Amino acid sequence: MELCDLPAHELAARIRNREVSAVEALDSALARVRAVDGDPGRLEGFREDGDRVHAFITLTEERARARAISIDEKIGKGEDNGPLVGVPFTAKDIFTVKGVLATAASRILSNFVAPYTATPIQRLEAAGAVMLGKVNLDEFTYGSSNESSAYQPAPRNPWDTSRVPGGSSGGSAAAVAAGEGAFSLGTDTSGSIRQPAAFCGVVGLKPTYGRVSRYGLIAFGSSLDCPGPLARNVRDAALMMNAIAGADPRDATAAAVPVPDYTADLEKGVKGLRIGLSPDYGQLTFFNHDTGQLDARPLPKEISEAVARAADLFSNLGAEIVENVSMPHTRYGIPTYFVISRVEASSNLHRYDGVKYGYRTQEKVANLRELYRKTRAEGFGPQPKLRILMGMYVSAAQYAEQYYQRALRVRSLIRSDFDAAFDPNGKHRLDALLTATTPTTAFPMGQLYGDSVLMQYADQLTVTANHAGVPAISIPAGLSSERLPIGIQFIGPDFSEAKLFQISRAYEEATETESWRAEKPKVLATV
Amino acid sequence: MPSEISKELFEHLVELAALGLKPEEAEYLHNELNKQLNVIEELASISLDDSISAASHGVPYSASIRPPLREDQIIPSGISTEILDQTPETEAGYIVVPKIPHETLE
Repeated sequence: MELCDLPAHELAARIRNREVSAVEALDSALARVRAVDGDPGRLEGFREDGDRVHAFITLTEERARARAISIDEKIGKGEDNGPLVGVPFTAKDIFTVKGVLATAASRILSNFVAPYTATPIQRLEAAGAVMLGKVNLDEFTYGSSNESSAYQPAPRNPWDTSRVPGGSSGGSAAAVAAGEGAFSLGTDTSGSIRQPAAFCGVVGLKPTYGRVSRYGLIAFGSSLDCPGPLARNVRDAALMMNAIAGADPRDATAAAVPVPDYTADLEKGVKGLRIGLSPDYGQLTFFNHDTGQLDARPLPKEISEAVARAADLFSNLGAEIVENVSMPHTRYGIPTYFVISRVEASSNLHRYDGVKYGYRTQEKVANLRELYRKTRAEGFGPQPKLRILMGMYVSAAQYAEQYYQRALRVRSLIRSDFDAAFDPNGKHRLDALLTATTPTTAFPMGQLYGDSVLMQYADQLTVTANHAGVPAISIPAGLSSERLPIGIQFIGPDFSEAKLFQISRAYEEATETESWRAEKPKVLATV
Repeated sequence: MPSEISKELFEHLVELAALGLKPEEAEYLHNELNKQLNVIEELASISLDDSISAASHGVPYSASIRPPLREDQIIPSGISTEILDQTPETEAGYIVVPKIPHETLE
């Protein structure tokens, strides 16, 4: 096994014990990038190789090498370098790192060199981790496939490079699955960590809103955005959370809740825990344009079977499975999201104007207004433009009551479903709800892109946790007959990340010897 | 009756958003907006009684988890040069912009 395929916790232990150096760990990860990634994304003149992952936008090799050398020197002097010492990782290119390009996968930020570092990145580096580079995403995180990135070629799924890695943290999930870094820092606004994690067969956690600081995160939906980990196993995700969680004087929404050791309860098992199943997460409800009616379709058999199998497994391990938990407002997740996220996105996007930083039109302009118009027309791709226009419409004075104010109240209803399910004195008293993560496995590139409504429905099973603010994790739960990863999701009450890790680890351990665990992404067949 | 964003309203939004759109781009965006609006219309059918209030966040920020208020502190960023280096055009530490059009407000 190459160093780059080792779990982060094992790699850090070997570096700490001086069995390998941080420089060797870095070289292994860089060799993997060269072997599988192909050309990084760019705005023009890109070269696409259909067999490559194309996860990266910016490789920060020099910066990483300087850090790795300095870590090795400190270890040589017997200094403690933190729990993630020497572990190479990637960051979604939506976080700022001082002195490094921060593009948000958009032309409008294509020349923006960040003057400061995001808190979660600063904390990962303080824990000893070494950033390899910045990876691709949907433009400004607006999508579920990565195809909307202004930086092409878009990332591909390491399990089948004709398919999408999911999104918006698609470059993160693809890189982690392919061994390009042991873990990645992503963000989740409606499923953007969990859906690509499910599509690429890795672990992805959306923490409780406010558990991880958003300082240095380029904003999308400010009341929904959550930075969080993508990793190849549960323990590594827990170690990442140990590093990044906690209050931050630079983000007033970062909650003042003490951070536990997320690895402490990992091996405690699920005996006595109450895990719920809800029929409302067993189907996909969507608006049919042809009939003008709501249609409900059951999830594909292979996905619902993965959920049922997990429930059986937990039952055998001593958990109590609570069936028929009613979550009646689940289906409002997408329409509510179409309103709230658009209003927040359009507000957040007004700052990009070609005046203070980022891209400015090269055309001659008569006045400031024309500068704005040309810069924004050239700088934004179609997905940001759609969100700006919809956000302005549904928050306009004459429509706000009908749409925006109403959506904020429906968010309370969605939250009330979870409050009832998790109420310690209630009917169900759940520790977690078990659902599928996605309504499909990874879809072929080009299949949904362009249809902004169908693309949004990829998030139907994940978006409710963003509305409610509660934490949710996706873990690998097998492969489909097409050898594509299937993810299952656990959703828990506020700040219950440790419990979600505990449940996830129990599943991981109980399925360790299953044959699908030995299968690797196709791109690794040639390395 | 589902709402629809008319061509005139669409053009008004585009102007407010300071976006210049090519015709084929405008057609795509206008069409997608109306498709999304169809989905959003479902919200109108939900019965909401007066007890249901708007949530600014899913997580209720109770006093126990809210970061405590503190005195203002002056912490020099020391990065004004890096920030101004990002600006497309500056002169003597000021940001240069084209002529600002004056409009008479009604």
